[in-house]
Amino acid sequence: MIKLAWLIPLFPALGVVINGFFGSRYTRDKAGHIAALMAGLSFLVVLGIAFEMIFGSGGKHTIHLWDWISAGKFSVSVAFLIDPLSTIMLLVVSGVGFLVHVYSVGYLHGDPGYPRFFTYLNLFMLSMFLLVLGDNYLLMFVGWEGVGLCSYLLIGFWYEKQSASDAGKKAFIVNRIGDAGFLLGMFMIWVLTGSLTYLEVFHVAPNITEAGATAIGLLLFIGAAGKSAQIPLYVWLPDAMEGPTPVSALIHAATMVTAGVYMVARTSPIYVMGPGALEVIALVGAVTAIFAASIGLVQNDIKRVLAYSTVSQLGFMFMALGVGAFGAGIFHLMTHAFFKGLLFLGSGSVIHALHHAPEDQQQDMRYMGGLRSKMPITYWTFVIGAVAIAGVPPLAGFWSKDEILANAFFTGHHFVWVLGSVAALMTAFYMFRLIFMTFHGEMRVDHHAREYIHESPYSMTVPLMILAVLSVVGGIIPGFPPEGGWIHTFLAPSLAKGSAGGHAANEAVQFVRVSAKSGGGHGGPAAVILIILAIAIAVGGIALAWFMYLKNTAVPDGLASRFPGLHRLLLNKYYIDEIYQACIVKPIYRLMGSLWSFDANVVDGSVNGSSLITLVSSRFSGIFDLKTVDGAVNGVASVTKFFSQVFKFIQSGMVQNYLFVMLLGVFMMLSAYLFR
Amino acid sequence: MELLFFYLFAAGIIGASLLVVTRSNVIHAALLLVLTFFFMSGVFVLAGAEFLAVVQVLLYAGGIMVLYLFSIMLMNAEVSVRLRQFHRQSFFTIVVSLILAAEIWWKVLGGGAAYPAFKGFSWTLGTTPGNVEALGSILYTKYLFPFEVASILLLAAMIGAIVLAKRTIDR
Amino acid sequence: MVPLSHYLALGAVVFVIGAAGVLMRRNAIIILMSIELMLNAVNITLVGFSRQWGDLTGQVLAIFVITVAAAEAAVGLAILISLNRDRSVLNVDEVNLLKW
Repeated sequence: MIKLAWLIPLFPALGVVINGFFGSRYTRDKAGHIAALMAGLSFLVVLGIAFEMIFGSGGKHTIHLWDWISAGKFSVSVAFLIDPLSTIMLLVVSGVGFLVHVYSVGYLHGDPGYPRFFTYLNLFMLSMFLLVLGDNYLLMFVGWEGVGLCSYLLIGFWYEKQSASDAGKKAFIVNRIGDAGFLLGMFMIWVLTGSLTYLEVFHVAPNITEAGATAIGLLLFIGAAGKSAQIPLYVWLPDAMEGPTPVSALIHAATMVTAGVYMVARTSPIYVMGPGALEVIALVGAVTAIFAASIGLVQNDIKRVLAYSTVSQLGFMFMALGVGAFGAGIFHLMTHAFFKGLLFLGSGSVIHALHHAPEDQQQDMRYMGGLRSKMPITYWTFVIGAVAIAGVPPLAGFWSKDEILANAFFTGHHFVWVLGSVAALMTAFYMFRLIFMTFHGEMRVDHHAREYIHESPYSMTVPLMILAVLSVVGGIIPGFPPEGGWIHTFLAPSLAKGSAGGHAANEAVQFVRVSAKSGGGHGGPAAVILIILAIAIAVGGIALAWFMYLKNTAVPDGLASRFPGLHRLLLNKYYIDEIYQACIVKPIYRLMGSLWSFDANVVDGSVNGSSLITLVSSRFSGIFDLKTVDGAVNGVASVTKFFSQVFKFIQSGMVQNYLFVMLLGVFMMLSAYLFR
Repeated sequence: MELLFFYLFAAGIIGASLLVVTRSNVIHAALLLVLTFFFMSGVFVLAGAEFLAVVQVLLYAGGIMVLYLFSIMLMNAEVSVRLRQFHRQSFFTIVVSLILAAEIWWKVLGGGAAYPAFKGFSWTLGTTPGNVEALGSILYTKYLFPFEVASILLLAAMIGAIVLAKRTIDR
Repeated sequence: MVPLSHYLALGAVVFVIGAAGVLMRRNAIIILMSIELMLNAVNITLVGFSRQWGDLTGQVLAIFVITVAAAEAAVGLAILISLNRDRSVLNVDEVNLLKW
C-alpha cells in the first residue's frame, strides 16, 4: 500500500483537470460530487497507508518517482517520504479535507462559481499533499507555494466583493515575505549540508555549527511565521475570513496554516542544533497566543473570533515546538484540526441559516442569539468543539494543550508557561462568549430573516457530527497517558529528541512521564497540580463567560465603559493594521509617489515654466537679443529635459526602458565579474 | 581557405544585421534578416553543423521570416516608415552596448590578457562533431524528453497565436 | 581552420547588435527581429563550442533555441497583430499601460 503513495496527489489532480476544463460546461452541479469523490479516494489510500504504518512495519519509506533537477552536485528528485510524521499529517489533511468537500457540496449549492470553487479546492488538496509528502525541501516549497496560491484564489473567491479581493492580495503579499525567508533558509541548508533531501540533510545535521543551525532555523521560521500567521506576519489571517466558510475551515484553520508547524517539526534535527532559534520560536509563539486571544475577547464577527482563536492556537503549537516538545506540537496540530474545523463549519452552518439577514448582520454575533432551539445539531456539535478547545477533559484539546503547557513548565520556560496559561483562560472565555451570544439568550435576528432560520442539510451536519466525535475521542485515544501516549511513541522516529540545551528539561519530562505511569496517570505532585490548574483555568473561563454574557449581561458593557481605552484597543486589534499601513505601506507609496511627482511637478513644471518665461520675456522685450535669451532658456530647458528623461526611466511603463535598465544591470554585473 | 570564408560570412552577418536594426522600411529589414540567416547557415556549415545549417535556411529563412512578412502585410506597416525610427534612449543604448562589446572582446576573448577561466585552454580545434545521423540519434534518445517538451511548447504557442490573433471573440 | 575565439567574437558582436536593436528601435516588428538576431548569436556560440569539444549537445541546444524562437515569433507577432488592430499602433513607446 505504501508503494501506492503516488495515488494520493493523483486523485485531486484528476479532479482539477475534470472540473477545471469541463466544469463550467459539463459537470456544473456535479462538480462538487466529483471533487468530493476524488478527495474521498485520496482519503482511502491514506487510510490504507496509515493502517500499514501504524499496525505494520512503521519506519521511513521513500517512493522515488523521477529525477527532477540535476545540475552538477545539485540534484533534486520528485520523491515522496512516508514516515510517521507525514502519516499523521496525511490523515489530518485528507480526513478534514474530505469532510470539508462534503460540507461544501451543501454550503455552496447554487453559487455561480460552483465548479470553480471545487477546482480550487482540489488544487489545494493536491498542493497540500505535495507539501506533506515531498521528501525534500524543494518539493515542499512547491506545495508551499501551491497552497499559498490556492489560499489567495479562495479568499478572493467572491472577487466581485472589493474587501474579498483585497484580503486575497493581502494574504498573498504577506505570505511572500515569509516565503523569501523560507527560500533563504533553503539556500543555506544546501550550502551547509550539500543536499535538500530530508534524510540526507538530517544525516549531516549533527555536523552543522550552532550558528549555522540557528540561522537556518530563524530563516525557516520567518517562512513558517508567514504561512502560520505568527507575529508579526499574522495580519492576513483575520482578513482571510472573507473567503467562503468551508475554505476558512480547511485552509485557514485545519491544514494550510499548520504547514509552518509541520515544517519546523520536520526540520527538528536542525533546530535542536541551534537552540537559540527554538527560544525565539517559543517566545514568538507564546506572545502570539496571548496577543491574538486578547483580540478575540471583544470581536463581534463570529468568524473573526475563530480566526483570532486560530492564530492563538497556532501560537500554542509554536510554543510547543520552541520548548522542544515537537511531538506535543504535532499532537495539538491534529486535535486543533478536529475542533477548529468543527467550529468553523459550525459557524458556516449558522451563517448559512442566516442567509436572509441583511448582508452586514449575517456574521455579526450581536444580531444572533437564541439559535439553540432552531438548529440543535449545530448547537450541540458547536458546544463540543468549544469545550474541546477550552481544554476540559476528557475532550481532545485538554490532552494536547496540557502537554504543551506542562512541557513549557518543566523545561524551565516559566514565562512562556504563564503567557500560555493566560491565553488558555482567554480561549475558554471567548469561545463561550461566542456560544452564549450566538445560541443563547433572546433572539436578535432581523425580523424578516427569522422565519428562514433552519437546520442545515445533512451534507453539512454529518461532517459536523463526525468532527464532533473526533473532537471527543481524538485526544484521549492517542494522547493517554499524558506525555506517554501512543502518538509520541509513533512519532518518535521522525522527530529529534528535545532541544540540545534542554537535556535537564528532558529529564524533567521523563520524570513526569515515569510518575504518570507509576501512578496510573495521576502521579507526580507537580504534574497533578498543573493538570488541576489547567482544568480550573478552562472551567473558570467558561464560568466567567457564563456570568458575563448570560447571568449578568450588563457587565460587559460596564467593563467596556470603565476601560474605554483598553476596549477600543482590543476592538481595533491593537491598531496593528494601521501601524503597518503607516510604517510600511505608506512610506513605500510615498517613495513611489515622490519619484513620480518629482517627474510630474518639478521637472515638467520647470520645463513648462521656463518656456513660459521665454514666451513672456520675448513678447515684452523685443529689443533684447532674441538669440541670447532664447539660447539660455532653451539651454536650461534642455538640461532639465535631459534629467527628466533620466528620471522617467524609473517608472515609465515602457518595456524598452525596463529592458535598458536590465542591460545596465548585465553590464554592471559583467564588469564587476571581469574587473574583480 | 576556411578562415577566408569565415571572415566573408562574418562580415556579411555583421553588415546585414547592422542594416536590419537601422533600416526604416520594415520589409527591407526583414529581407536583410533573411540574408543574415543565409550567412549564418554558411558559418554553421564551416563549423560542421550541416543539419543546423539546413534547418537555419528551411525553418528560419523559409518559415519564420515568411511569418514575419505575412504579419507585416497584415499590419500595413509601411505607414511607420515616415515616423521617427529610434527611441529616445538610443544614445545611452549605443554607449552601453559599445562598452559591453568592448568588455567581452578585450577581457573574455583576450586582447592579450585572457579571462582566467580560459587559462590553459587550448584554442585549437577539436574533432569534427559528427553528422546528421549522430545528431538524430542523440536527439531521439538522450534528449527525448526535452524534445517532447519542446513540441508541447510549440503546440501551446500555436494555440496562443491563434487565440491572440483571432479577429473577434463572439459569445 | 577557424579558432573558437572567432565564433565567440562573432556571437558577441551579433548579440550586442541585436540587443541595441531591441533597445533603440520603436517599431515593434523590428524589435522582434532584433530578438531573433540575439537568439542566433547564441546559436553561433553554441555551434562554435560544439565544434570545439566535438560534442553534439551544443547543436541539440541550438535546435531547441530555434524551436523557442519559432514559438516566440508566432506569439509575439500575434500579440502585435491584435495590438495593431485594437489600438493601431506599432511603436512600442506608445504602449505604456504598464505605468501605474
